[in-house]
Amino acid sequence: MSQHHLASSKPISKSAKQVRYQLLIVCLLVTLLISITLAVMIGPVPIPPLQVWQIALSQVLPGFTGNWSPAQVQIVWFIRFPRVLLAVLVGAGLSVVGVTMQALVRNPLADPYILGVSSGASVGAVCVILFGIFSSLEIYAISFGALIGALVSSVIVFFLAQRQGRISATRLILAGVAMSYLFSAMTSFLTLKAGTGDGVRRVLFWLLGGLSGAKWTDLTLPLVALVFGLGYLGLQARSLNALLMGEETATVLGTNTDGFRKQLFLVTSLLTGVIVAVAGAIGFVGLMIPHSVRFLVGSDHRRVLPTSLLLGGIFLIWADVLSRILVAPEELPVGIITAMFGAPFFIWLMQRNGGGVNGGK
Amino acid sequence: MKLQVEQVCWSINGTQILRKVTLEAVAGEFVGLIGPNGSGKSSLLRCIYRILEPNAGFITLNGEDVWKLSVRQMAKRSGVVLQESPTEFDFTVFEMVLMGRAPHQGMFDNETKQDYQIVQEALSRVGLEDLAERHFLSLSGGEKQRVIMARAIAQQAQFLILDEPTNHLDIRYQLEILQLVKEWGITSIAALHDLNLAAAYCDRLYVLQSGEIVASGTPQEVFSPELIRTVYGVEADVQVHPKTGKLYIVFFPAGTAR
Repeated sequence: MSQHHLASSKPISKSAKQVRYQLLIVCLLVTLLISITLAVMIGPVPIPPLQVWQIALSQVLPGFTGNWSPAQVQIVWFIRFPRVLLAVLVGAGLSVVGVTMQALVRNPLADPYILGVSSGASVGAVCVILFGIFSSLEIYAISFGALIGALVSSVIVFFLAQRQGRISATRLILAGVAMSYLFSAMTSFLTLKAGTGDGVRRVLFWLLGGLSGAKWTDLTLPLVALVFGLGYLGLQARSLNALLMGEETATVLGTNTDGFRKQLFLVTSLLTGVIVAVAGAIGFVGLMIPHSVRFLVGSDHRRVLPTSLLLGGIFLIWADVLSRILVAPEELPVGIITAMFGAPFFIWLMQRNGGGVNGGK
Repeated sequence: MKLQVEQVCWSINGTQILRKVTLEAVAGEFVGLIGPNGSGKSSLLRCIYRILEPNAGFITLNGEDVWKLSVRQMAKRSGVVLQESPTEFDFTVFEMVLMGRAPHQGMFDNETKQDYQIVQEALSRVGLEDLAERHFLSLSGGEKQRVIMARAIAQQAQFLILDEPTNHLDIRYQLEILQLVKEWGITSIAALHDLNLAAAYCDRLYVLQSGEIVASGTPQEVFSPELIRTVYGVEADVQVHPKTGKLYIVFFPAGTAR
């Protein structure tokens, strides 16, 4: 019965696959490093590549000096580096959230932006700024507000999407789009009502995201959230795989689906919240990156998670660079760039309904 | 492993689906569950593999109440072959079968050589060793179902639950799947819709009608034109086939003279 498909064999290709994966990770790491360097170099004041890292070293190693001006230090270390590294964290985080949400609802179209979770987080953040709630949390107040907003919007969207305990893809997308509109409108209203001179710019930040003006302190919370979130998800990678097989199969393979789903819910809301608090609602990253990654490495989360992390970081670095240089000296909200890539991607994804999402042939 | 179902009741929204169902499967026995659509076959199996919690009664595996085991402990004891549920996420055949090892691995464990070997053996048992690197979604229905069987084998289950495992399969694959179960030889309970297959492969049968067991015993004891008439509302003839020595059932369309 198995005389067909003679070509494929297993034990050898198993390790070949492993080598290919490791090679991909090394390539992505190198690309990430090069991307960071280039992104710091590019700008109104060009910086030579060597100086990028010399200035960085001079800031971490006392006694390491060279002939550059304080202005160059200011540009490289206090303006561009935090911004580029924030792009890495935000891109990585959104991709990881996308991967997790897609496993959670077992649907490749899930993404924090499409499902209205990002805009819910925006509402939470704006409320904190406007009404001064959670002020005892000081610099973490906005993040906390965004986290609450993300949680509330996920609960609403998932509640609306389910019928008799089952989540249908159509209902999920429709509920997400509807809530996303509503939350965006609330964000705009609240921001404009606040009436601080730059209202429109702030609305754009919350609706389309932006990384300008990033400070080193902005990096702390996203970094901590990402490390913990990823650590947790990494340990649960096998259960994430099982979840893709459907709830019943996951249960019979030993995953306690009820509890696990609730934990995933919390993790995605937490990550989305802290990301939106520092970077606004950036769309489509969580949709595009996981797909491209599954195309490269298959669906096993032990490979999907690290690869998404790196690819997401690289992608957002370049999206941010484009947002800086396309209409220089003006800047575009980075969400415009991600939407330019993301919307066609989304349409392409819908077109190829049926079949597998990672090149099953 | 011995399965014991005692006086199990289950209802949803006030509708009683299972009424005091009692059955057992002794070690190594292949028990078939037959009955018309909506008679409660799937609900009963779901109670056993812990998706639906019974309102009354209990279910034990070797004396242990399945609802008192953890999800993981349960997964180490029993494998389940369901009808393939459509997914848009693709895995290779090898990865799919490797998932059967999950209940045996801790959160911090990596797959060991032994895990890979078990998967390899499971694949050869179902004759899929050459398709290990193929993508699951590119397989035919029969191949997919054999992958699911291999996953249960890799799980090292001592008890197997099958819910209409041969639905939508060509006859050759139907026979293949049931043959695999038979050869494996562990305690199994299967909901089957094809009475001839049930007669050919099962050691004993339970007949469900409106959530109640109305007959049980060996195929010879259970199948009679009278039973098929009462349970399915169909006229039938039951004979012993001269070549196989097994029962075979011929159905008469309504209005056909006997």
